[in-house]
Amino acid sequence: MSRSVLYRVLLFVVLTAATIVFLVPTFVRPAPAFWPWRQPVRLGLDLQGGTHLLYGVEIEQAIDNTVDRHARDLERELHDAQIGAVTAERERRTVRIRLANKEKRQEVVDLVKERFPSLTVASSQDAEADLVLTLDQREAQRIRDNVVDQALKIIRNRIDQFGVSEPTVQAQGTDEIVVQLPGIQDPQRAKELIGKTALLEFKLVATGPQAGTPEHPGPGAQVLYGKGDAGGRRAYLVERRTLMTGDVLTDASVRPGTATEGMAVDFVLDARGAKLFGEISSANVGRNLAIVLDNYVESAPTIREPITGGRGQITGRFDFAEAQDLANVLRNGALPAPLKLIEERTVGPSLGQDSIRKGVLSFVVGSALVVAFMLVYYRGGGVVADAALLLNVFFLVGAFAAFGFTLSLPGIAGIVLTIGMAVDANVLILERIREELRLGKTPRAAIETGYERAWYAIRDSNVTTFCSGLILFQFGTGPVRGFAVTLCLGILTSLLTGVFGTRVVYDLLVSRRRLTTVSV
Amino acid sequence: MKGGPGPMATRPTTRTDKVPTIEHHFFELIPPGLNIDFVGLRFKMLLVSWTLILIGLVSIYLHGGLNYGIDFAGGTMVHVKFGASTPIGDIRGALSRPELREVVVQDVGQGGKEFQIRVLGAAEGGSTAIADAIKTGLRDKFGEGTYDVLRVETVGPKVGKDLWRDATLAVLAATLVMATYIALRFELRFGIGAAVALVHDVLITLGALSIANMEFDLTTVAALLTVVGYSVHDTVIVSDRIRENMRKMRRESLATIMNLSINETLSRTLITSGTAILVTAALFVLGGSVIHSFAFALLVGFVVGTYSSIYVASPIVLYLEGRKSPR
Repeated sequence: MSRSVLYRVLLFVVLTAATIVFLVPTFVRPAPAFWPWRQPVRLGLDLQGGTHLLYGVEIEQAIDNTVDRHARDLERELHDAQIGAVTAERERRTVRIRLANKEKRQEVVDLVKERFPSLTVASSQDAEADLVLTLDQREAQRIRDNVVDQALKIIRNRIDQFGVSEPTVQAQGTDEIVVQLPGIQDPQRAKELIGKTALLEFKLVATGPQAGTPEHPGPGAQVLYGKGDAGGRRAYLVERRTLMTGDVLTDASVRPGTATEGMAVDFVLDARGAKLFGEISSANVGRNLAIVLDNYVESAPTIREPITGGRGQITGRFDFAEAQDLANVLRNGALPAPLKLIEERTVGPSLGQDSIRKGVLSFVVGSALVVAFMLVYYRGGGVVADAALLLNVFFLVGAFAAFGFTLSLPGIAGIVLTIGMAVDANVLILERIREELRLGKTPRAAIETGYERAWYAIRDSNVTTFCSGLILFQFGTGPVRGFAVTLCLGILTSLLTGVFGTRVVYDLLVSRRRLTTVSV
Repeated sequence: MKGGPGPMATRPTTRTDKVPTIEHHFFELIPPGLNIDFVGLRFKMLLVSWTLILIGLVSIYLHGGLNYGIDFAGGTMVHVKFGASTPIGDIRGALSRPELREVVVQDVGQGGKEFQIRVLGAAEGGSTAIADAIKTGLRDKFGEGTYDVLRVETVGPKVGKDLWRDATLAVLAATLVMATYIALRFELRFGIGAAVALVHDVLITLGALSIANMEFDLTTVAALLTVVGYSVHDTVIVSDRIRENMRKMRRESLATIMNLSINETLSRTLITSGTAILVTAALFVLGGSVIHSFAFALLVGFVVGTYSSIYVASPIVLYLEGRKSPR
């Protein structure tokens, strides 16, 4: 055996062994404890049953809401600053300020610059005209960038409380969120949970003899749960009374920490919140204030000093991700933008089972027909091609397990289709070899030329099919994507087994004996 | 990918024209040396193609568009399976309720047991009122437990509109990419031939979907795109041989070369199309109702795609040749 053939044989041995490793958890359940690979092939919702929800995030609405909130805050601040009769209203993406006393104009401009850095004053020569403020483009972009992430995080939290095994919550495109709940047939509760407005509350952690214990909370106290130290959950005993709700918070952001303190979360309150929080913090220095989102304690920092300026910070032993999460929670007492349910699909478990059975049946019948045909038509060459075909399917399914792709019903159809199309390469090669033999070439020469000549046609025809697979992937979602993935992967594996692999077999045949005939 | 010369390769290479040619016995469907005048048939086939396309378009027109699934139209679909075969009229009767207008009930061909109930153009996707009304209607008429709700889907109107645009774009993009690739690999006229063949295949497949009253949904578009890829796949094989023969036989006319090339590759074309059609037929018959229209579109598309690479793509190349250098 020549060295080149040996290496290629070794390559296929290694690939086959690896595929066995990847596929055992799918077919042997449970896989033996020592097995190095644990993840079975993931089945799409159309095969395992469950609910698929698609939400549209109304991002532009979120920007409108921000401008709205700025308008309200501004109006309040202007009143507090004794500017005189004044109104601030949102008009699309701008805030229009009508002043009764035009002399105060410069004062207003200064106040906006100082307190509302994300609003810019549209330049106007006319001192009599209304002031028009526009939302900074960068601020609008920042909202666009963050809104979907924030909504994702909130939905994930809520779905986690729902207790579904292996839910998927993912962004799709620029403004959509896909929620997949395997095994859920009645999505009503899930939909309510996702769609409701989150409630952000601030409550004092209960202390003293009145508080009671987590098992027997005292009157006026209640037990709420939050994240514990080792990933578990921890009970908090908090006062029932809500001191403040999230609507007074205007912003929160992460600030890189110092060597001694770690990450910090800065937050900004509106005027009403500043006053309220000033009172709360002054009266309760040294106590812990629980930040509660949807009855879940996100954090319970200690009040170290009175916070009266409307700006404060929370320090703790967070890492960056935790700080980011907390900032998100503070920023969005509610979902950052309205969500609209645009698609809902529920597949019952019986249909999933049925689809798997029918898919497998079509696969068995389809491939048996093809395998039988190749055997009858090409005999020896058919045996080689059929072996390549089966190895092809084996690698293809193995790739699904290895890369964690989701197998859908169209995906199974794609595998069946791959069987029908993968033999194309072998047919091209074998037909070519036959032609060369008819011209009187020796088997060795015929094989050599057959592979060489057929390769161009094989390459070009597969490139085009691969391209259509890529376009399909770009276009489709869910099950259709599964089909596109199968189609493209199938082309790669069929080139590997059908062209590269069968060539090894012929090279072995040619190198081992004086070849006078070849069965094709 | 050349195997290294083994020790046996050192035997004196015999000139092929000197040794008596070995008799090869192959199992063949298409005898070698077959010479069907495909090119000569091209005008008759042009008529066949146009007829098929027109019949399809007329059917689409008469049906008032394709049989859109809720993916495209928006609305609600409930897929049910009865324990025993049930007359479709009974189901329609169960669903004649004031809150349900324009209900489409379709037997999806599983022995009169499985039906898809569709209400197109529903309100916002968030509302499951229609799905609930359908379920109530069925429960009142047939009673709990006599049937199984396999699938419930509700799609908002915006999705459909976006999908239309995306699907058209995807098919156009695919056609363009294929044509460009072929034009670069071969020649411009081969690219044009392939593109025309693609449009031809897609149109006929759409027509067939309409005639068979198959649902047109997301997976059907996937099938169309696959047909686009597959049709080119076939065209490439024939074009590749034409190019090869053009180099060998410089003095022959293009028509002769084309005929020869199509005949030479005919066996391969029929075998690989045959295997592809075989597996899609298996999917169509055994794959179940969920991928019924998907498998149907593939099946038709593959048959038409094979036909078009012989009778559409090549004649176009020939026609363009004729324009380039009128003889």
